Amino acid sequence: MIETPEMHRGVRVGGWSWVWRPWIVLVTVVLTALTFLIFSVSIAIGDFTIELPAVFRTLIGQGERVDEFVIMDLRMPRALVGLIAGVALGISGALTQSIARNPLASPDVLGITGGASATAVFVVTASGGTAIANSIGLSTAALAGGLLTGFLVYFMAWKKGIDGFRLILIGVSVSAVTQALTTWLLVLADLRDVARAQRWLVGSLDSRSWSEVWASVWIMAALVLVVLVAAFQMRPMHFGDDVAAGLGVRYSAVRAILLLCAVLLAGVAVSAAGPVPFVALVAPQITMRLMRTPVPPLIASGLFGALLLIGSDLIARTVLPNDLPVGIVTAIIGGPFLVYLLVRANLKRAA
Amino acid sequence: MTALRNDAARLGAEGVTVGYADRVVLDNLDVAIPTGVITTVIGPNGCGKSTLLRTLSRLLKPRQGTVLLDGHDIARLRTKDVAKRMGLLPQTPIAPEGLTVADLVARGRHPHQSWVRQWSSDDADVVAKALRMTGVADLAHRPVDSLSGGQRQRVWISMTLAQGTDLLLLDEPTTYLDLAHAIDVIDLVDDLHESGCTIVMVLHDLNLAVRYSDNLIVMKSGAIVAQGHPSDVITSDLLLDTFGLQAKVIDDPVSERPLIVPIGRTHVVSKSDQDLG
Repeated sequence: MIETPEMHRGVRVGGWSWVWRPWIVLVTVVLTALTFLIFSVSIAIGDFTIELPAVFRTLIGQGERVDEFVIMDLRMPRALVGLIAGVALGISGALTQSIARNPLASPDVLGITGGASATAVFVVTASGGTAIANSIGLSTAALAGGLLTGFLVYFMAWKKGIDGFRLILIGVSVSAVTQALTTWLLVLADLRDVARAQRWLVGSLDSRSWSEVWASVWIMAALVLVVLVAAFQMRPMHFGDDVAAGLGVRYSAVRAILLLCAVLLAGVAVSAAGPVPFVALVAPQITMRLMRTPVPPLIASGLFGALLLIGSDLIARTVLPNDLPVGIVTAIIGGPFLVYLLVRANLKRAA
Repeated sequence: MTALRNDAARLGAEGVTVGYADRVVLDNLDVAIPTGVITTVIGPNGCGKSTLLRTLSRLLKPRQGTVLLDGHDIARLRTKDVAKRMGLLPQTPIAPEGLTVADLVARGRHPHQSWVRQWSSDDADVVAKALRMTGVADLAHRPVDSLSGGQRQRVWISMTLAQGTDLLLLDEPTTYLDLAHAIDVIDLVDDLHESGCTIVMVLHDLNLAVRYSDNLIVMKSGAIVAQGHPSDVITSDLLLDTFGLQAKVIDDPVSERPLIVPIGRTHVVSKSDQDLG
């Protein structure tokens, strides 16, 4: 009898079949449950606390009137924005890190969030404080700015193809330029506008309305769908362009589509919650380690991103004084993690 | 696998001109790859041998001329269909850290899979067979980055085999390997040839190329200067003309092929000794 290496058991549903990976399914289920739990806790805690069972009842539409008003009208938008921005940032980071084949390549590092911020601050300050902030105009500006910067970085990094390291170097430089631009705008601007812009710049889930939430929900749902379909073609691309081509992947097209999705997802997140730092960098890397996969998993990175963002918001609201914006907390978590990644990369190069 | 087929070439190029920017690397070149044998492309650095392999594998698009695969213009075939007919191992491919051998080889099934059909029992069988044929079945659960250079190259060859083709293009499969591992890998290539594969590869080591190939393509400055069985092609004149290498060609004591003995400027005992052979 020939020994067959036991690996890759298949799971079959009708004509559909996948590799059965129990650990990955388990981690995804646990992450989903945790995300739902922290989402509910985030809703439960506020000026006064609503019991968790009451939150669950209200979420499935069987709650009390009073609870329903507080939850659906006051607290739900904030929690949903956290969920959307977290998922978008997590998936966006997983995509950019996969495409660049480098854990440092997150939308923050590549200048996409920086570009979105600069455009948004420009809109806030140039409008002369005519309260364009917190409206659809600001979100659109951020999205457009992120997209524009993304294109700029991509075309500047293009040299007979895309090299991950080159992409990061160009991204870091462009990111620096956008930050300088933002600072310059803030120096020129009226003090009251600066205060408003600053709060937005740290990233915050404050004062969100249902209209903003719905716009983000639909855009994100469409993008995630595209990503999920295209992700199958991305799998051979982890081995480099030549191998991917040899395995029948039109890598230029696939990469362009996925990078566009990554930029748009980051843009959606930034326009919904401001440039919350480090979530897109940290979420895919931690998820990868949890799942023990060699490359960042897409869905689970999104779930972890939401967990991280809503969790950070919860910490910002409850543990820390002064109701700090969520970006402060993610920076406290993400900064050290970035240092860890850099040190580890250095050690590997030295070895 | 299929037995040795007729002489008709499955893969060939007609009048291809390939260049990067303003430099023409291959100029109006014709070549036919005989089926069922090992063809090796040799030539000095920068002669265009890797460019030829990359053109044949559709990684490079010729400015003029066509590459024919099974009678079809390769530029008109779907990328996926090319991948089902031809396996390709580029120079120094990279695997993400922590990826297991089984996962890497399984990826070779990509051209046969779709979003809804990501793992069939066919896939499992072919991958298991590819792992066994390349002698890496025992390593299936090891991370690729923990293996030695020679084992790693076996794993990559295993992945191209999992594509289920009997036409393999290998770009310098022995680079960075010490001689023992290089022999090990190229013995594997010979095994695959014995089992019916058609192989095209680029090699740097002339003596390995001579020993293991049935058909040599000798290139210089973007043109093919000689092609045929090593015993007919390799002469000291050819080596001097194409490589600028002073060498003696003698009978290989262990195989029925020629053996190239380079003559440097130093460590040559005397002229008369050389003439004695």
